[in-house]
Order: sequence, then structure tokens, then C-alpha cells
Amino acid sequence: MKKAVQINVNGTTRETEVEPRLLLVHYLRDVLGLTGTHVGCETSLCGACTVTVDGQAVKSCTMFAVQADGSNITTIEGLAHDGELHPVQEGFWERHGLQCGYCTPGMIMAAAQLLERNHAPTREEIRHGLEGNLCRCTGYQHIVEAVEYASKAVNREP
Amino acid sequence: MIPAQFDYAAPATLDEALSLLAERPDDAKILAGGHSLIPAMKLRLAQPALLIDIGRVKDLSYIREEGGQIRIGAMTTHYQLESSERLREICPLLPECAASIGDVQVRNKGTIGGSLAHADPAADWPAAIISLRAELVAVSSRGERVIAADDFFVDMLTTALRPDEVLREIRINAPGGRTGQAYMKVHHPASGFAVVGVAVSLTLGADGKCSAAGVGITGVATKAYRAAQVEGALVGSTPDEQTTASAASHAADGVDANGDIYASADYRRHLAVVYARRAIAEAVAKIK
Ligand SMILES: Cc1cc2nc3c(=O)[nH]c(=O)nc-3n(C[C@H](O)[C@H](O)[C@H](O)COP(=O)(O)OP(=O)(O)OC[C@H]3O[C@@H](n4cnc5c(N)ncnc54)[C@H](O)[C@@H]3O)c2cc1C
Ligand code: FES
Ligand code: FES
Repeated sequence: MKKAVQINVNGTTRETEVEPRLLLVHYLRDVLGLTGTHVGCETSLCGACTVTVDGQAVKSCTMFAVQADGSNITTIEGLAHDGELHPVQEGFWERHGLQCGYCTPGMIMAAAQLLERNHAPTREEIRHGLEGNLCRCTGYQHIVEAVEYASKAVNREP
Repeated sequence: MIPAQFDYAAPATLDEALSLLAERPDDAKILAGGHSLIPAMKLRLAQPALLIDIGRVKDLSYIREEGGQIRIGAMTTHYQLESSERLREICPLLPECAASIGDVQVRNKGTIGGSLAHADPAADWPAAIISLRAELVAVSSRGERVIAADDFFVDMLTTALRPDEVLREIRINAPGGRTGQAYMKVHHPASGFAVVGVAVSLTLGADGKCSAAGVGITGVATKAYRAAQVEGALVGSTPDEQTTASAASHAADGVDANGDIYASADYRRHLAVVYARRAIAEAVAKIK
């Protein structure tokens, strides 16, 4: 039986009826058309599907949309504000934190969570904080540099 | 990777959840953080007809001190335990164990109660919970009972919880005196779970001799276990290098170890001994 859910995604509240088994990632991509959130592995391992639910980074392939009823979700599409990139997005741009870009939305969402909890992470802490996100291209070095860049940008802000 | 159809209920109170479960103990399942259950449902290894989501039940997520005990609500996430300043002071084993689980996203969603109720043979919490001699509070519409950690884990993926019971709370006697704790784990390189994980909580008396020791080991056998012979060899002795090594040598005595393509049974037994030695040494080193 379908369930009515009310979910705020990137600042807009949406009311939808969903099957309980609909995964959050499919709700975002197929129901709302927000295809910035990627599906990499479908097995909770790669982190490409990472979004924040009430401020917590989660793998949206490992959560049902019904569990998110009443919550606030931010996806990669909602991270920039008024045309201004989030510092992590800026870091990925400035430091070439991506090659094919498949892992990037999830990487950025996880990195944003990391910087929220730790404003000045060491390289080791950045690597540890991104353990849930896999990249097949970059070898991670540029991703670490991108997040380092972002942490400096965050700390520069007044 | 689409789960089979199911009905979904998200009760606001524990009583409601318990009466739903009592009606359908055979085909309903509790949904906590979903980080063991949803992957199993996607593979259709689990096909519950009804999911009772306890994520909206009030007051199941907390870390409290009451009656000399630390009391942890079953829905407390790994991240909440990892980031608790208070626990870092009074029972650092808990945040240390939490921080070793999976990755950030997993720790944000997964819960201590879900991990214990799931009883994966490679899960981290069971080792810590056994070493701390925790009590687990199970509740059903018939009432409440307290289960000792030693009696809770029955076999692989099997606990002492009855089909109509929910794990509500974990109780731990706050370690007193000069106590040192450590959790040491060999991470499986792909899954992050414990190939072997050893949790140690050790207390020294005024004479420098070990007055109490708790050693829980996960990953080695079909269920986590207490290394009673290691504890016995520690209590009453001065845990120097030699005593530690000889105590730790009993870490897998009489244990029927698991073997798989990553780690044979013999290798797991070997790791249990080595990691028990290191975890005891680290616990001792942390005592102020
Ligand atoms: C990528 C990944 C990596 C992981 N790595 C690790 C790791 O390194 N170490 C580790 O220990 N774990 C690891 N896990 C497992 C994780 O810790 C799970 O969160 C945990 O095992 C289950 O908790 P949950 O809250 O998600 O429970 P759920 O998945 O919601 O539930 C699990 C089972 O327990 C039952 N249940 C849940 N709560 C209760 C309750 N209160 N009372 C009665 N029954 C209940 C459910 O019905 C279900 O059968 C990993 C998981 C993933 C996806
Ligand atoms: S698609 Fe969700 S973790 Fe890979
Ligand atoms: S940039 Fe290609 S997977 Fe990361």
C-alpha cells in the first residue's frame, strides 16, 4: 500500500505517494528528477548516492523514502546558494578533485559533512572522513587537496 | 536490487510498536537504522511482510547516567556514541569501538541496538558489550526482562531476543578506579567489518595488580565471546609484558573458529592472540 510522504528537498516541500519499498535514491532521481545523486553500487559501499537527511550524510540507496517523511534533505543540486558554489564545490573546481565525475556528488556531500564537524581536518582526517566514498579515477590525492582547499576557504570566511 | 513488497508502519510510541509486533511476530521486522536489514532486503535474503520502523519512537536514542550505570537507548547511532564527550571520559571503549565501524555514513544511520540485535559474527559492538559485562533490556507487550551480555548472543545472527521482543536499552556499569580500555580490530579490507576485534577493559588495584578484566572477542567464531581464560590469567597479576603475552595466548582456546577465503580459521585464531596482547597492552598503557 502506498504511503503519503512530505519531504523537504533543497528547500522545497514535496508531497508524494510512494511504495514503502521505494529507496530514497530512486525517489530523488526518478520521482523528483534530481539526477545529480548517483547510483554506483546499490550495495551501500560506494557513497555515490550520499545526500544529507536532517544534516546527516547518508547513503540514499540504504534508506527508504518513507523513512525520510517529514525531514529536510539536501542533495548536490541544493548545495550552492544564490549562484555561489559551496566551498567544497569550489575546492573540487580549483584543485581538480574529479575526472569522470561519477563519484563527485557523493564525495562533495560527504566532504561537506566532514567540514561541518571538523573545520580544519588533517589530510589523514580527510581520508578517514571520506572512507565511505569510492573513486575509480583520481587516486584520491586531488580529492584530499580539494577538501583541504575548502577547509581553508571555510576558515577564511568572516 | 529492489526489495520485495512490504507494509510499513512508523509508530510514535514503543507500546504501539510492541503491539504491532505481538500481532505478527513471524512476518514483521523491526527497522532501526536499516544498515543491515535493508541490504539483506535488497538481496531478498530478508522479505518481511511488515516493517515496524522504530525511528519515530520517542526516547529510544540517549546516553544517560543513572544509578551508577551508563544507559544507552537502542536507537542511539554509532555516530552519537563516537562523538560523546562524556563517554570519552567515563567509558572510552564505547566511542573507540563506534569509530571503528564502517564509514561516516554508516555511523550516521546505524544503531547500537540494531547491531546487537542483528548479531553479525563480524560486528564490533558485541565484543565491547561482552567485555563491559553489559545488561540488555528487552521489552515486549508481555513485559520487560534483562539479559546479560554473555547470554544474549546465541549463534550466528541469532540472539536471545524472542520474536515479539524489542531491545530497548543497554546498561553498563561505569568502570571505576584506575581503568584502561582499548578496542583493536583487523578491518576486512572490503567490508570494513572485523576479521578479528578485541575489546579490553582492565582495572588495576592500589597494589598495581589487575583487580578486574573484561575481554570480548568478535570476528573469530560464529558469535562474539568472552575470553574467560585470558581474564582469569590477568586478574590478580601485574600486567607486564610477559604476563600480558601469556594471558593473551589463551584468546582462542577451545574456540571453533570461522575460516573463509580471506582468513583461515588458524589465521583468525592467531590474530585473536596477537590482537588480544596488543589490546591488553594498550589498555594498560592508558591507565593514568
Ligand atoms: C557499508 C557498511 C559497512 C558496515 N561496517 C560495519 C562494521 O565495520 N562493523 C560493524 O559492526 N557493523 C558494520 N555495518 C553494520 C552496521 O553497523 C549496521 O548499522 C548494524 O549492524 C545494524 O544496525 P541498524 O540500526 O542499521 O539495524 P537494522 O538494519 O535496522 O536492523 C538489523 C536487525 O536487527 C533488528 N533490530 C534492529 N533494532 C532492533 C531492536 N531495537 N530490537 C530488536 N530488534 C532490532 C532488525 O529487525 C533487523 O533484523 C556496516 C554496514 C554497512 C552498510
Ligand atoms: S549507490 Fe549507494 S552506496 Fe553505492
Ligand atoms: S572521478 Fe571518476 S569515480 Fe571519481
